[in-house]
This record gives sequence, C-alpha cells and structure tokens, in this order.
Amino acid sequence: MKYYLTIPLLTTLLIITAPLLSNAQTDMDAIMMEKKQLCIGPMYSHSSWKNYWEGTLKRDNQNLGSVSTAAFAVMGAYGITGKLNVLFNAPYIKTKASAGTLHGMKGIQDFSMYIKWMPLEKELGPGTFSLYTIGGASIPLTNYVADFLPMSIGLHSKTASARLLLDYQVKNIFVTGSATYVARDNMKIDRTSYYDTQLHNTNEVSMPNASNFNFRAGYRSSKLIAEAVVNKWTTLRGFDITRNNMPFPSNKMNATTIGANFKYVVTANHNLSLVGGGNTTVAGRNVGQATTFYGSVFYVLDFTHKTKSVNQPFKTN
Amino acid sequence: MNKKLFLYKIFMLTAVAAIIVACNKDIVGRTDNLAALAPSNIDTGAGAWKPVLLTAPTDIFVATPVATNTPEYTAQINEIKSYQANITTAERNLVAYWGAGAVLRWNEILRELVAKHNLPPYQNADGTYPIPSAANPLAYPQFPFSNPPYAARAYAYVSAAQYDALVTAWYYKKQFNRAAPYKKDSSLKVLVPKSDLPSYPSEDAVVEGTAVEMLKLLFPGDQDYIQQRAEEHRRARIISGANVRSDIEAGEALGKAVAQKFAARARADRAGVAVGNPAMWAKLVSDCTARGDTPWQSLESPQRPPMLPVFGKVKAFLFDSLTAVSLRPGPPPAVGSQQMKDETEEIYQMIKKPTQERTAIVHFWADGVATYTPPGHWDAIAAEDFITKNFSEVRWARNMALLNMSLMDASIVCWDTKNYYYNPRPTQLNPAIKTLTGIPNFPSYISGHSTFSGAAAAILGHIIPERAGAYDAMAQEASRSRMYGGLHFRIDCSMGLTVGKNVGNYAIQRALTDGAE
Repeated sequence: MKYYLTIPLLTTLLIITAPLLSNAQTDMDAIMMEKKQLCIGPMYSHSSWKNYWEGTLKRDNQNLGSVSTAAFAVMGAYGITGKLNVLFNAPYIKTKASAGTLHGMKGIQDFSMYIKWMPLEKELGPGTFSLYTIGGASIPLTNYVADFLPMSIGLHSKTASARLLLDYQVKNIFVTGSATYVARDNMKIDRTSYYDTQLHNTNEVSMPNASNFNFRAGYRSSKLIAEAVVNKWTTLRGFDITRNNMPFPSNKMNATTIGANFKYVVTANHNLSLVGGGNTTVAGRNVGQATTFYGSVFYVLDFTHKTKSVNQPFKTN
Repeated sequence: MNKKLFLYKIFMLTAVAAIIVACNKDIVGRTDNLAALAPSNIDTGAGAWKPVLLTAPTDIFVATPVATNTPEYTAQINEIKSYQANITTAERNLVAYWGAGAVLRWNEILRELVAKHNLPPYQNADGTYPIPSAANPLAYPQFPFSNPPYAARAYAYVSAAQYDALVTAWYYKKQFNRAAPYKKDSSLKVLVPKSDLPSYPSEDAVVEGTAVEMLKLLFPGDQDYIQQRAEEHRRARIISGANVRSDIEAGEALGKAVAQKFAARARADRAGVAVGNPAMWAKLVSDCTARGDTPWQSLESPQRPPMLPVFGKVKAFLFDSLTAVSLRPGPPPAVGSQQMKDETEEIYQMIKKPTQERTAIVHFWADGVATYTPPGHWDAIAAEDFITKNFSEVRWARNMALLNMSLMDASIVCWDTKNYYYNPRPTQLNPAIKTLTGIPNFPSYISGHSTFSGAAAAILGHIIPERAGAYDAMAQEASRSRMYGGLHFRIDCSMGLTVGKNVGNYAIQRALTDGAE
C-alpha cells in the first residue's frame, strides 16, 4: 500500500506564458493517502522562459525578454479510503516580462480537483503492480484575462480529465506511466471577434482537447523519493501562431518536459515532509521553452478517532 | 468503505467529464445564421443618388439585356432549374449565407482579410525592418501589413466603390427594367425573398465584382480565396432563382468597371509612399527637437520606424488637403510642462493596479495585432445594426461608404497630427507605465482609437438617430480604454474624439445632400 503525497508540481507544462494547466503531479503518481488523512501544504514554483516556439519556429522576443511565472498554491490530498483519494489545488499566479512594455498579470487561477482510485493492486513477479484511474475537473475561480498571452495567468477554460495510471515497484525501485485525455470547454474572451485561421464574429472560443503522457521512475521508500519524470502534453487540434503574431488561447500548444522530483520525510512520525524539484522543456510548439523549479512543505493531519496518532502514517510496498 | 458512495462518486465524475466532452464545441458567429435580406424599401430612385467618384452612372456602359422571350433567356432560366433540381445541402447553405446581404458579406470578408494581415513584420538580422511589397505579396513580410490606416483606407475604397457601382446599377435597373426571373417564369422556385426590383444588372454581382477588383489592389496575395468566395456568391444567386446568368455577368462587369476607376484613384492617392524613408523619419525627430520638444521614440526593440508617418498626406474622400490640414488640432502640452507631468502621473496611477473591469474594457476595444483594427470594429458595430434595419443593398453600401470614408479621413487627419507633433507615449515619459495591450508604434497625440470612434459615432448617429446616444457612449468608452491601457494621455483621447467628430460632420454634410434622405 502506498500513501501520501509527493511532488506537487503546479506547472507540468508551461504554456507560452503561464502555468496554464495546474497539473498537480499528485494526480500523476502512484501514491495514496491513508483513510481519513489529509496531507496539505503550500507550494511555490518559479518558471521562466526566454525562447519560445512560434508554431514550430524557435525564437526569442526582445519585446518580452524573459517571461517568468511565480505561483503560490495550496495543495492537498485526502484519503476517503486507502484506495480512494481526493486531491485539490488552487494557485495564485503572477506573471512578468523582463523587457518590453506589457503589463504583468496576477490573480487566483483555477481550482482543480481529482478523484483517484486504485481498483487493483497485486503481487506480480518480484514486485507489486497497481492500477489507478483518476478523474479530474478544473474550473476558473476568478474572471482573469485569458486572451492576453503570454502574460495571462491561465486559459480560463473548464476542463475534465480522465487518466489511467500503471505502477510497478520492486523493492524501492518503481516505474509509473500514465495517459490522460483532457477535455476543455469553450471559453469566452473580452472582445467580440477574433481571427484564428478565419474570422469569428463571436466572443466564444472553441478550446482544443489535449492528451498527456507521463512517465516516471526512480527510488521510493518511506523516507525518500527520488524520481525522474518525462511529460508530454499534446493539444489535439488548435492552430499555430503565425509569424510575429501574438499567441492565442486555442493555439496548438505542445510541450515535452524532463525533470526530477524529490521528497524527504523530516520527522520521525512522518507527518512533515519537504518536496522539491524542477523540469525543463525539451520540445514544444506554441509554448515557451520553460524551466521550472518548485518547493513545498507538506503536513499530514490525521482525522481518525485513534487517540494516538499513527506512528507510521505511510509505508511503501 | 462504502461501496455505494464510492460508485456514486465515480458516476458523478464520469458524468461531469461526459458533459464537458459532449458539449457542442461548434462556435456560432453572430451573423452566421441570418434571415435573408428583405429590404423594407427597395429605393427605386437610388440611380439618382450622388456618387462619390463617378460624375454620373452613365460613366459606365451597361449593354442592353437579352429579351426575356428569347431562347437564350429561356436557357438561363433552365440553368436555374437544373441547379435547383440537384441542389445540395452545401448549396442551400450558400444561398442562405449570401442571402443575408452582399454588402454585409463582403464587408465581413474584408474584415477577415484585414485581421489576417494585421501583423507587424519581424525585424531583419541587422535590426532594420523589411517593408511588405505589393509586387511580391506572398514573400515575407506578406503584403499588406493591414495596420489601422491601411485598413481604414481599404474599407473606404471598397465601400465607396460598391456605393458608386450600386448607384450605377440602380440607374440601369430602372432604365432596362428587366424583372427578376421568377416574375418571368412562375414555375421557377425562388429560395430568397422575392423583390419588385428589376434584376438586371444583379446588385449582388455588382457588389461582388467591385470587391474582387478592389481587393486585387488591396490584398493581392489572397486572390485564390477571394475568387473562391466570389464564385460561391455568383452561384448562390443563380441557384436561389434571384438572378439569371446575364444579370450576374452584367453586374460583375459593372462592378469591376467602377472599381477600376477607384483603383486608379487609389494608385495616385499617396498611400503608396506613406511609409516614408529613413531621411523622412529622421526629419520628424529633428523637426520636433527644433521646436524645443521631446520627440516620440519607438518603444519596440529593435526600434521600429513609425507606422505610415506620411499617411496624413493621403487624399481624403470627404474634403480636400487644405481642409485636412485645417482639421489638425493645436499642439499638445509641452513634454516638460506641469500639465504633461500631471497627465503622465494620471496614467501611471490608472495602470498601477488595473481592475478586471477596466482590463476587460481595454481588451474589448484594443483591436490590435491580428484583429480587423478599430475601423473594422466600427464596421462590425454598424453592420449588426444595419442588419436590423433591412436596408436595400444600395442603402447598405451608401451607409457603409459614409462610415468608412469618415474612418479613412479620420485616420488621415489623425496621422497628420501624430506625425506633425511627434509626441511621446506615456511609457516613454515614465517607463513604469506598463501597458495592458500592445503599445502602438507611432506617436501619441492624438489617439487613433478616439479619432476613429468620434468620427464613427457622429456619422452612425446620423444614420440611426435612435442609437446616437449608444454610439456616443461606445466612442467614449473606446477612447477611455486607451487611458486604462496605459497607451494614451487624457489630452490625446479627448482631442481625438473632438477631431473625429469634426471629420464625421463632413460625412453628415454629404449624407444630407446625396439624395438618399
């Protein structure tokens, strides 16, 4: 059985400007909270890019310099049972360009919630195989501006996602792979017309759906987790930014990132842990070539009626 | 665990996901599904209205149509019948789309082309900027860069040419008085509202032919797209039973002939040299410095030459060049003056902590890169009101021409003023002023958005008096949005509205005397 939260990485994917998809990595890992335990903590991430892909053309922009995104989020996971967890996160985001005249944006972005279920866990060969399904949804919490990329703090679209995740662990070595389909609702912009590949006389924008593949492997014990992660986000339709144009929320934004995450459990009773990590974009389309670092502190609260708190609130296989 | 609860949660989650996946992603534009245009007044006498450029409709020759009792005419009726016998859904959609109005649809197509081409060229390796070439429109940077002055002029030429062509068409419609095909053959189905207007030459083909010919000059790299839309338009009118082929051919030829006269004017209106040259750009700076003031600087990196600095010398439609100069307002406050310091501080205070409401207003009116520009925005506002008025095509064209000549002439006076005073933007005087949309690459005084909006609100308020208050409120908001966005001083905006209104008044004077009211 696996409990507890690892690696909250707000920005799996840095869209051309901002962390537009608050993919808390927690919904991408094979870690579960124990029943009636809440793991919660603040998270800070910083991401920046200087180069970006205008369609498939990589370029810089002297009128942006480097675009940075700072995010502060509250993230958490709660064990309804040991096999059924609810995860949530809500970030405050601030963007800034180091050059040019564009005004930075800031505000509370989207609330994301995931339900994570482990229907299957069995011994297989020398290790343990487990299967998870994760359903997620996100909704904008404020009417922040999406149509001001790359300074926008998000894309302001409601989303729903479905993920299948497989994990295999032998002693302390594990591999996890997952595939996700993200459906995105139409969104509205402040102007009455826009041009993507044709003129639309409406303020409504059809947002392309997306897929995400995530692969991670590394060391996982009760005290320490260290993993390498590859993530590939693909927007399934959408259009390219034309030459020297501005980005638009329904662009075909793709990104492949590689990164590493660490988690260290500080206290003897395992309820305080430190988390950190980073990633960098190795391939992309209509996104910034972002490098991201983050850090977080998590605390486990136990809501069971036991008088004594669990002295080992998590364990690994 | 409670299995029922668990299953319930999974069910709910799946349901939420399914709703989002299943939701209809199709975007429906406000004018995608309009009712067919059924003019409340067919303006039978419009052949006597005053043209813009032609001296009279008889400047254009239109051949006498074939008689309706000839085999040739019968063959043209049968062409309609054979189309209708095998009509496809796509063809029905074409009939419905074009049935909403020819002037409307070609205005929308023009707005689309403007939005597509409203992209500033990327710099050369040495930090200079390439200039689009009309002779080589598909090479980068593509021609045109349809920035606001270019766009205003394009809208004006297309609209004014369509107006003159339709006045000419109405003249010949009355002269030849050949009724619509469904009046000649009662067995013919007709898929659009019937009209008592004579159908030769076809008003739709007049509008189409004018647009195609004008757009050869204005958007020479998009001929394949334009020709495809034109072919659909002509075919839609034949399929609908509104016109026989000879109506269409005569109308198209008439439109092209009128457009050629406008194209000749356009080639000589000085817009072709509006981009200036390095010596002129340097002189704008030295002239401003010689007056003891601080010249505008490009805030782009690398610094870009000002956008069409000689556009103020373009030949206007509504007044002569001396009048254009007389419409230039007095100077802005000196950069070093207390008033300018106060105005800069006012914008800084506005931009420091922008509210969501003001940010939305900035973006609503921004009409920047990759949009149809402020003149296009006013065309969209006008078009959506004109739709409710059921104007005849000739009145549609006349009103669009009045609006777009106002917008073009507003851009001429505005660009003349901008480059005469060569006044800095707020951000140049205080770099802490960050902007909520892209900062335009030309001098500040007077605000283009305000000038366009003042002119548009004036003429539209004349055309639809019950909306005058609404247009004025929109113009005020568009003007204010430029302060909220950190792009302009208050003086730029208030003076822009005044100058725009003055330009719009020339269009009102024309409207009062063109025979249409």
